[in-house]
Amino acid sequence: MSALQRKGWIRWSVFLLLLLPLILLIQRLLNGDLGADPAKFIVKELGYWSLCWLWLTLSVTPARIYLGWRWLTSYRRMFGLFAFFYAVLHLLAFATFLLGWRWDSLITELTKRPYIIVGSLALLCMLPLAITSTKGMQRKLGKDWKRLHSLIYPISILVMLHYTLQIRSDFSQQLIFAVLLVVLLGCRIYRKRRP
Amino acid sequence: KLASAVHNPGYSTEEKLAPYYDAITHNNFYEFGTDKRDPVRHAQGLITDPWQVEISGAVAKPGQYHLEDILAPHALEDRIYRLRCVEAWSMVIPWLGFPLADLIKRFEPTSKAKYVHFTTLEDKEQMPGQSNLFGTITWPYVEGLRIDEAMNPLALLVVGMYGNALPPQNGAPLRLVVPWKYGFKSIKSIVRIHFSETMPQTSWNHIAPDEYGFYANVNPAVDHPRWSQATERRLPSSLFSPNIIDTLPFNGYAEEVADLYKGMDLKQWF
Repeated sequence: MSALQRKGWIRWSVFLLLLLPLILLIQRLLNGDLGADPAKFIVKELGYWSLCWLWLTLSVTPARIYLGWRWLTSYRRMFGLFAFFYAVLHLLAFATFLLGWRWDSLITELTKRPYIIVGSLALLCMLPLAITSTKGMQRKLGKDWKRLHSLIYPISILVMLHYTLQIRSDFSQQLIFAVLLVVLLGCRIYRKRRP
Repeated sequence: KLASAVHNPGYSTEEKLAPYYDAITHNNFYEFGTDKRDPVRHAQGLITDPWQVEISGAVAKPGQYHLEDILAPHALEDRIYRLRCVEAWSMVIPWLGFPLADLIKRFEPTSKAKYVHFTTLEDKEQMPGQSNLFGTITWPYVEGLRIDEAMNPLALLVVGMYGNALPPQNGAPLRLVVPWKYGFKSIKSIVRIHFSETMPQTSWNHIAPDEYGFYANVNPAVDHPRWSQATERRLPSSLFSPNIIDTLPFNGYAEEVADLYKGMDLKQWF
């Protein structure tokens, strides 16, 4: 196996790994193993994995700098696109399975509930990043590309807020993701402020 | 075990029952974890026999009673009720129980008994959810009713469902079912029934008073701040026919209970 082939093989494995939560979800769905309220379960699960892949995207740079994992950088686009992909499915599942595409409910939910507004805003901001994620766009935009893609920082904060605003009686999950986010953003701030 | 119960046709519905499996695996019982499947996983070791219930406060006959003595004089009835969760899902469930009013009368509340408090067991050994460091509920779980609500014939003390004894995750050995209110009012695994002149500080109301009122009557016109209460998902629901139905005022029991709230602004007293 040539080095190039090996790289292609690894790339496909990573791709499948990121897809795995969706595959398992579909498998459970087909087995009727999502419980009495599959709608709610699917929406939560898709949101959760979008969040995980977004945090993974954010960890690429710190992993390169602090762990020397330069190879990870070539997967960043895939991570980010998967975060976007799961977020889109999350919204579609919410509109389809929880609201049944009732337009009146959809408009109410999208305008009245702070956590949904915040979440939608995050998804909206991810859209231009997904569109400009290609190599061609990266070349075309040059320096602006990096500026545009630093949108991931406010996006991550919006996503964290979206998650936090849904706490009801247990905030253990939110705490874990918030601590991770503080580390991931904190090490960037720390580096920037160092002379 | 509880086959001696008599079906009460006055309290029934033509709606399709939730399958037993769904009713015992999709539960909110945060003492055993916050996920819907946590209670069925973690509640099976709950010791429900022996069980004691304390009757206290403004009653002529307070005391610590064995469950057997609490239940002895009451004939069990079979009633089918809709259960509407505050999270906008619902199930139709056949319960076995007896009117709360019958129990209350036995212990002879005094004129000072304006409210009834109910308390769930607190036992960190048996209830792992009570040790959650990142939870916001202060244990034990407390719920309550105004005395006239508690005396309404719909309010049921329940010991079984689907013809069997209650499984632990559904609130064994003794729970309340108040079908015109959101499910969190229907407190599980009761160890104390207390009568007082003042309104109890109930658990969810304590955590988020703007989201969970003391009354918590099912009301499609008053949204939870984070979601609409106008519709509900009748469970079990399949994905491609999502079973989203309109929520009825007082969960469809307005005829029986609306009088209790005459003259009250239900938007204020949600």
